[in-house]
Amino acid sequence: MMPTFFPLASLAPELLIALAALGLLLLGAWRGERAAWIVAEAAIAALGIAAVMLVMRKGGVGARTFFHGAFVDDAFARFMQALSLVGGAVSLLLSFDWMRRRGIGAFEYPVLVLLATLGMMVLAAAGDLIALYVGLELMSLALYVAAAFDRDDGRATEAGLKYFMLGALSSGMLLYGASLIYGFAGSTAFDDIARAAQGHVSLGLAFGVAFLLAGLAFKISAAPFHMWTPDVYEGAPTPVTAFFASAPKMAAMAALVRVTTTAFPGAAADWRQIVVFVSILSMAIGGFGALGQRNFKRLMAYSSIGHMGFALVGLAAGSQAGVQGVLVYMAIYLAMTLGTFAAILLMRRGGAYVESIDDLAGLSKTDPATATFLTLLMFSLAGVPPLAGFFAKYYVFTAAIQAGLFSLATVGVLLSVVSAVYYLRIVKLMWFDEPKAAFDAGARAPRWTLALATAVVGLFFLLPAPLVDAALAAARALLPA
Amino acid sequence: MSLGTITLGHYLSLGAILFAMSVIGIFLNRKNLIVLLMAIELMLLAVNMNFIAFSRYLDDTAGQVFVFFILTVAAAESAIGLAILVVLFRNLSTINVDDLNKLKG
Repeated sequence: MMPTFFPLASLAPELLIALAALGLLLLGAWRGERAAWIVAEAAIAALGIAAVMLVMRKGGVGARTFFHGAFVDDAFARFMQALSLVGGAVSLLLSFDWMRRRGIGAFEYPVLVLLATLGMMVLAAAGDLIALYVGLELMSLALYVAAAFDRDDGRATEAGLKYFMLGALSSGMLLYGASLIYGFAGSTAFDDIARAAQGHVSLGLAFGVAFLLAGLAFKISAAPFHMWTPDVYEGAPTPVTAFFASAPKMAAMAALVRVTTTAFPGAAADWRQIVVFVSILSMAIGGFGALGQRNFKRLMAYSSIGHMGFALVGLAAGSQAGVQGVLVYMAIYLAMTLGTFAAILLMRRGGAYVESIDDLAGLSKTDPATATFLTLLMFSLAGVPPLAGFFAKYYVFTAAIQAGLFSLATVGVLLSVVSAVYYLRIVKLMWFDEPKAAFDAGARAPRWTLALATAVVGLFFLLPAPLVDAALAAARALLPA
Repeated sequence: MSLGTITLGHYLSLGAILFAMSVIGIFLNRKNLIVLLMAIELMLLAVNMNFIAFSRYLDDTAGQVFVFFILTVAAAESAIGLAILVVLFRNLSTINVDDLNKLKG
């Protein structure tokens, strides 16, 4: 038995975010609207410092568990937590200008982002069903409020309510699955569940796994639990949508990967069937659903459904290489999606934000730099080499082929061709259509984010080692080969 | 056979029936959003029933601890749901499910 020690140092990033959220909420309540910008900047600083702390600790410490195994600090948790923090910090940075122009620059939004990010950190590190549930709800409850944050806008509140209703339904399904798993495995800890779920899997346990996966699939917006995604992405304020599309996906995918690989390695045959089904359906709906969309945010919703399907191809492989592929995919997806939403935030004409892809017509003549960056991001989302999106797909499909899932890999490649159609249509609009009036001068944050995300995506092939090695170390923490 | 014995199976059946009722309630209800909130609450209570029954059957306290967490989160969830509902009513002057149709495509 290891000596028990107070895990303060290992939990420093989580504690920092929690204390920052509480302190800034207090500051905001005390100073009112005057403190809004200090709160926002301090929130970004807290997220950034926490991410740096996680990355610095990367190599030094092995896996450790706290609170009777409820909380796991390993390379996998740190990798996904760092991605969530980056998503939270960048989307918060993108929100400044938008919130100011809409006149809703209240101090509550940064606090909500901090609380949601804390939930994601708990979710990515959960080693127990109770911790998983608490992390998931901490994340979701903050996100429901964030979706309806523009409270005088009918569309935003409708999006918030739809997200709340379907989110609560999915939490209920996840809990029902958790109750069955607890009953038939006799424990809520992943280690004990893994011991109980070896060999023959009882019917109750199989039902429990199915319900649990359904609840988590909802959170990553994988089909057939994607119904909320287009509506919520379209209705919510654009910076909030950028947040939804980036950080929560990282944490929910982390929970999904950890539950399947550490709690149910013995029931792999059961959950792999579900993951393959969800993966194919997500890729198909992401590909075909987006074809008729004119609203860029709605189109990105279908795009994210499709990308979650591609990432799940790696999980379906169930191997160390597969998990590594999922992690690389999620990191590259994060860069691509944040860059694209930064470009959407630059679409402002005559003082009003526009969202239709037709508004991009002829952008190459009016704003060549933005058009070039967005073109590279679209090529990367479509998976064109040598951009990062190609390597993301390469890793997951290679893992699937190594695991003998030839039909899944074939279907995936074919469906990625379908999804390329609508990405290329945006490129065609920008370069070959009659130009419309130029966009207003954009704010600094989205322009820099767009440029930086494009640089990451475009130059990944020159220096892939840091990301790929970190993902391999993270995958090793879950599945010793 | 004694009619008085209530086994784990009975509790699980009750939990499953309550859960199914709440899911059906969410999908069939086209009238009122408050009924949806009630259905969600019922779903969480069905889950609690399961946890308590298993906890007693396994003689393990983790299930009861889980129930306390669920009760707490359910309270927070209802508060947030009602708050969003109030904001929605201010904007749309309705809480009818069918009137939520601004986002379609």
